[in-house]
Amino acid sequence: MPKSDSLQGSLDLLVLTILSRRPRLHGYAIMSAIQSMSGEVLRVEEGSLYPALHRMEEAGWIHANWITKDSGRRARMYELTAAGKKQLGAEESRWQTVTSAINRVLRTA
Amino acid sequence: MSLWSRIANVFRGDRLNREIDEELESHVEAAIEQGRDPAEARRAFGSMLRHREESRDMRLIPWLESLRADATFGLRQLRKNKVTSAAAILSLAVAIGACTSAFRLIDALLLRPLPVANPERIYDLSRQGIGPEGAPQTFDGWAYPNFQLMRAAVKNQLELIAVSYAEPVDLTYKSDEEIEKAYLQYVSGWMFSTLGIKPALGRVFTENDDLKPGGHPYAVLSHDYWTHRFGQDPSVIGRTFRMGNDLYEIAGVAEAPFTGTEPGTMVDIFVPTMMNPAVIRKDSTWHRTLAMVNAGAALEPIRQKLDATSRAFEEERAKGFLGMRKEDIDHYLNQRVLLEPAASGVSDLQSETRRPLVILGVLVALVLLIACANVANLMTAQASARAREMAVRVSIGGGRWRLVQMVLVQSAWLALLAAAVGGLFAWWSGPFVVSMINPPDNPARLLLPADWRVLGFGLVLALGVTLLFGLVPALRASSVNPVSALKGGEDPHSKRRLMHALIAVQVAFCFLVLFVAGLFVTTFKRLSHQPTGFSADRLLVLDAVTKQPQPLEFWVQVAEHLRSVPGVETVAQADAPLLGGNSWNNFVSINGGPSNGILSYMRGVSPGWLETMKIALIDGRDFRPSDTHPGSAIVNETFAKVYFDGVDPVGKTFDLATDEGLRLRYQIVGYVGDVRYRNLREPILPQFYVPFRSVDASGAPRKKGAATLLVRTSSSNPRTLASILRQEVPRARSEFRVSRIRTQLEINQSHTVRERLLATLALFFAIVALLLAGVGLYGVLHYSVLQRQREIGIRIAVGAQAGGIARLVTMEVFSMVLLGAATGVGVGMVSVRFIESLFYQVKATDLQMLAPPSLAILAGAFLAAVPAVIRAVRIDPITMLRAE
Repeated sequence: MPKSDSLQGSLDLLVLTILSRRPRLHGYAIMSAIQSMSGEVLRVEEGSLYPALHRMEEAGWIHANWITKDSGRRARMYELTAAGKKQLGAEESRWQTVTSAINRVLRTA
Repeated sequence: MSLWSRIANVFRGDRLNREIDEELESHVEAAIEQGRDPAEARRAFGSMLRHREESRDMRLIPWLESLRADATFGLRQLRKNKVTSAAAILSLAVAIGACTSAFRLIDALLLRPLPVANPERIYDLSRQGIGPEGAPQTFDGWAYPNFQLMRAAVKNQLELIAVSYAEPVDLTYKSDEEIEKAYLQYVSGWMFSTLGIKPALGRVFTENDDLKPGGHPYAVLSHDYWTHRFGQDPSVIGRTFRMGNDLYEIAGVAEAPFTGTEPGTMVDIFVPTMMNPAVIRKDSTWHRTLAMVNAGAALEPIRQKLDATSRAFEEERAKGFLGMRKEDIDHYLNQRVLLEPAASGVSDLQSETRRPLVILGVLVALVLLIACANVANLMTAQASARAREMAVRVSIGGGRWRLVQMVLVQSAWLALLAAAVGGLFAWWSGPFVVSMINPPDNPARLLLPADWRVLGFGLVLALGVTLLFGLVPALRASSVNPVSALKGGEDPHSKRRLMHALIAVQVAFCFLVLFVAGLFVTTFKRLSHQPTGFSADRLLVLDAVTKQPQPLEFWVQVAEHLRSVPGVETVAQADAPLLGGNSWNNFVSINGGPSNGILSYMRGVSPGWLETMKIALIDGRDFRPSDTHPGSAIVNETFAKVYFDGVDPVGKTFDLATDEGLRLRYQIVGYVGDVRYRNLREPILPQFYVPFRSVDASGAPRKKGAATLLVRTSSSNPRTLASILRQEVPRARSEFRVSRIRTQLEINQSHTVRERLLATLALFFAIVALLLAGVGLYGVLHYSVLQRQREIGIRIAVGAQAGGIARLVTMEVFSMVLLGAATGVGVGMVSVRFIESLFYQVKATDLQMLAPPSLAILAGAFLAAVPAVIRAVRIDPITMLRAE
């Protein structure tokens, strides 16, 4: 199962969000997007991204197919499925609940 | 992506690996394209292999994947030891095949519900009481008038159906030249709706087809008969056939697969019960009564009502019983009506073969266990040869359960392959055995579908077998202690002890199978060598029929004509052949006194019958053409013993009482030796013969429509004359036809069919069991010699003699053989008590029954030991010790 990384279980949410904004990305692009959009704060442990992507693919949230790039090499492109959109909503609201709860704890302390 | 893709991925693991690798690789390349340092990018990415394994587990089903790997590996292991694997698979296959075959038979005959609506609600009505010979008996035959009363009595609670005992009849479709046989069953018109059987073509009977005696000459064909006799021709509706004097019209075809209510007989033609001439007779019990009970109905009140109705009917009838002793009448009236479940139908074949089949089932199960023990020993030996491999697997972190799974999967391969081969064996042998159940000219016909029941049984069997022979070796293999195994010093005796115990078990089972087989073979031998009192050599039995009953003179003419056929020695007539299954009996009264309660059996025979049958005439004379029935009689020795204290009865008289209340007087003109009348097992019956020429009350001779012609031929193979005689009979008189030709020998042999079947199959299983046990013993000895070569080498080096070595190698195993044989003797003696009734003049405790199997096992054990002993004695200490 996914190894703990700096994102503490929020990797799914990030990947789904990225893919909802920019369809058809390969793994490296997803990773770069997370890094750049978070202002280089969030770093994905590179190798761990793929087991996570494959897990989400098995769950039916994202869908992948191979394309051949101009260089002749193949790349595996991911996009969001209908189930993935639903999952994104669920993850988002879960995230909101958790962060607001944590914020409340921090405020009262 | 779905479960399906994950399953599919299991079987394309290499491609999956490549795909994952390519994707991971493309990540690193993308990083390099972004200008990152290749070495840094790879370091940042981490272990490619670990990520691949993780991804892989996501994209397939890990346990299925490990199973697949084990399956591939197991198959490779089996291929590595081709000879041993083939031996194991074959021996298991024979055993599994025999088991499946036995199950198919037992299922088709005894377990499978009839293909009708609600078979579980069908019951068979029978009566239980004391029979005329004083022995307890149960009989399920009923007289139709009684049936009608009972049906009316329980009309509101359940439906009763009359179904006759299915029997072969002669019928013709076109001209009378072409008589053919078909199985016919008289059934209640409402049977079809009650059992939910619909027509496949035309119509089936209703209650309105079964109202007036002789008034409904219609027939419904079974789908099977319609298929094989008419090729499913739809124009068959409305066609007619003649049976006896009646012309029947085909009204419809019943839907498949219903072929009557008697497993073992497939009915071709159904006709209404009202068409049976006996339907109005109170004294003819010619049909079974089936009850269709409503769901959840209480049976006991119904049973009591039926009992009371039937008793009232019989009490009324008993008022007319003459010449019967009071106690016999009481026994008759005190019979109890029984309601017994008959979801799988009722047939004589069921009751006759139930026990034999169960015994055969037990025998094949024993053979299967012997085969399992063999394979278990083989796996144990292999596992010990792989102890190092297992130890390495454990030391590098292979889980114990994983090892159990690995060995079990290999066992499952063996079992599955064996089940596949065994399935073929069962597919072939099932019908073969069915064809052996009845006499060859009248084989039992049984639907043997290979459906989910059989398939399920086979799979469960394979699974059970896997666990049985695979689990112990698997657990042992997995419990390997890597440290001692890698040092090569695991306790070698522990494995041998298990193998030796299995040898004892095998020998005990093998003894049982051999012992029971011996009992059956001896029974068959003794029974088939029973003297019959007549000669069956070169004797042909012709069943002759005529369209209309013919005067006796014509019958005499036909016999006369046959005598002139070259190759014919003598010809005689009788109402039926001896041992042919027809019996005709009555109570005899001497000097007008009451009967002594013993039934006497009769047969109508022509002059010359004694000579043709070669029955010894003790005193008096044969019948003359002028003798009539009633009037003269010839009696046998047992008759003289029972009624005349063994004194020569020639010249004396006796009386018979008829149902009409008349007394018929017979004068004894001849006194002959005893012959077998009904079967070979029972004591000889008191018999008397009456003249073939029978006269009615006014003295006028009766015409005959059917009789048996007995032809003694001069050819050693009487069958060669069969077709000529078939043509000569109508040539003698055109009204006559031959409906069936048998040899008397075939008739005699039909009485030992069950015994022959049991003896043949038991003998086959005995040979298989002995062979398997021998192979098992050989394997174990071979293994133990291999394992102890070093020890044996040392012993030889320090001067041990060949005899000592042989003892060392075989001692333990032989004591196991003796232990097993002793156990087998004990279990055998106890268990055969349950099957004693199947034996004939055979005692299980006889030394001559116990000795042959014991000797066979010892001889087998000796033979199996020879190669291992030779190998042990030939061990060269120098090479052996150098090798270490």
